[in-house]
Amino acid sequence: MNYDVQAIREQFPILHQQIQGRPLVYLDNAATAQKPLAVIEAITHFYTKDNANVHRGVHTLSQRSTDAMEAVRADVCAHINAREVAEIIFTRGITDSINTVAFGMGALIQPHQNVVITALEHHSNIVPWQMLCERTGASLRYIPMNDKGELDLSNLAALVDENTAMVAFNHISNALGTINPVQIILDRAKAVGAWTLVDGAQSGPHAKVDVQDWDVDFFTLSSHKMYGPTGLGVLYGKRERLEAIPPYQGGGEMIATVTLEKSTYATIPHKFEAGTPHIEGIIGFGAALNYINSVGIEAIAAHEAALLAYATKALSTIEGFRIIGTAEHKASVISFLVEGTHPYDLGVLLDQQGIAVRTGQHCTQPIMDQFCIAGTARASFAMYNTYEEIDLFKAALERAVTMLR
Amino acid sequence: MPTIAEKQAILIEEFTFFDEWMDKYAHIIEMGKELPVLDDAHKNDDLLVQGCQSKVWLKAEKEGAHVRFHADADAIIAKGIVAMLIDVFDDQPAEEVAAADLGFLEEIGLKDHLSPTRANGLMSMIKQMKFYALAFSSVN
Repeated sequence: MNYDVQAIREQFPILHQQIQGRPLVYLDNAATAQKPLAVIEAITHFYTKDNANVHRGVHTLSQRSTDAMEAVRADVCAHINAREVAEIIFTRGITDSINTVAFGMGALIQPHQNVVITALEHHSNIVPWQMLCERTGASLRYIPMNDKGELDLSNLAALVDENTAMVAFNHISNALGTINPVQIILDRAKAVGAWTLVDGAQSGPHAKVDVQDWDVDFFTLSSHKMYGPTGLGVLYGKRERLEAIPPYQGGGEMIATVTLEKSTYATIPHKFEAGTPHIEGIIGFGAALNYINSVGIEAIAAHEAALLAYATKALSTIEGFRIIGTAEHKASVISFLVEGTHPYDLGVLLDQQGIAVRTGQHCTQPIMDQFCIAGTARASFAMYNTYEEIDLFKAALERAVTMLR
Repeated sequence: MPTIAEKQAILIEEFTFFDEWMDKYAHIIEMGKELPVLDDAHKNDDLLVQGCQSKVWLKAEKEGAHVRFHADADAIIAKGIVAMLIDVFDDQPAEEVAAADLGFLEEIGLKDHLSPTRANGLMSMIKQMKFYALAFSSVN
């Protein structure tokens, strides 16, 4: 396989800079990925040539903006193999995507029903369901995880029962990197007639997803984690599901008719897209998707898996180094602690040496609670990271640990 | 006993030896390591300084007209920073602590160097120390 990481790095201008006099090593990709020239240029082109509001006005620029935006909807549809473009909703992000579904289900769920999530979720896939349950009297259940950070499915049949209205879980854990057994959980949910939502925040940049193959009801993506602009997410929903739930935001663009007494909603996808959309973000996201596909998501995943294996082996030689989350199936995330040091201190001293990692709870407080830790430091790899960068990271970490002990 | 101003001058002098932030941090870390640990019994939530990313416990006692500070933190850089503040403020007249201007934080470059969240943490530590000092001086 010919994976030219240097050619890829050339496409990411931000990577070519010094931090504290040392070359930047960006290992905070699970928080947000950097943007290739193709994305930056698409946004520049949009504002230089095509900017106008969409879906209204007959003038040329409005038509161009609308066409560009709708072309991306079609690209996303093809990328995840949805049945039709109307099933692709643009949102403000995954948090917004999940809230849209959780709010919408409020009209359907009964107090005797339950929602099942997992012990491995980001706060954005916990809190909206807690709010739904508080509003409706439904109960919230958790699929537990084991010490390796893998979901424990031994009780799945009891947890997901005939009263389960929704099963919502992430494909890949942001905090630990665990790749979850999506199909097994979806199959159980389907067997009892529960709706399903898979949070694809971390799978978007690393894995090929086919929503029809999974037969999942809802799926979410985050643009900024996929090398696209911030402030944009995707909510995929099966037509019949999206038609069954009411929108949670009212305004322009999402209506069919408005009188002072009553309004009727537009059809999907517009029913869920109140207000002027994030047009520039959508166009940038389209460029990001094309860029990912030009490199090839399987090639990216293979490169990242090799980096993960290399880094796991290299870092494990550091005395007292401990990885939190040692699942058998893992994406390119290393959440770690080093004995005798605090993750915040590690983060500061790594930054002084040009290495960007995340420190803290990663918006996953319940996971940290289960491991009885206050937080971790986390290195996460993307398509442009290299073995040399891992060597630099290791050397910087060793220096930090020596200073701190 | 050096005054608050003299203590600050000594710290500024110490930091002039270091050009690189890694070395400044090494010095801050050493100060953190030298700060006597706070007994676990004192590490309760009442003593936590609000607004710090890591856990910082701060205890103050009145000793005549002076104020004595003790602190600990779960992260060593935060502990080193609070150790610097204690170095300047400990065993000083409460009224002077409450009124003091901590110019040394700018002189050694720490104020500009910290990210906004961590700068807020630093400000919270100072605020808490001054709050104690003010409470003690009004008792006099």
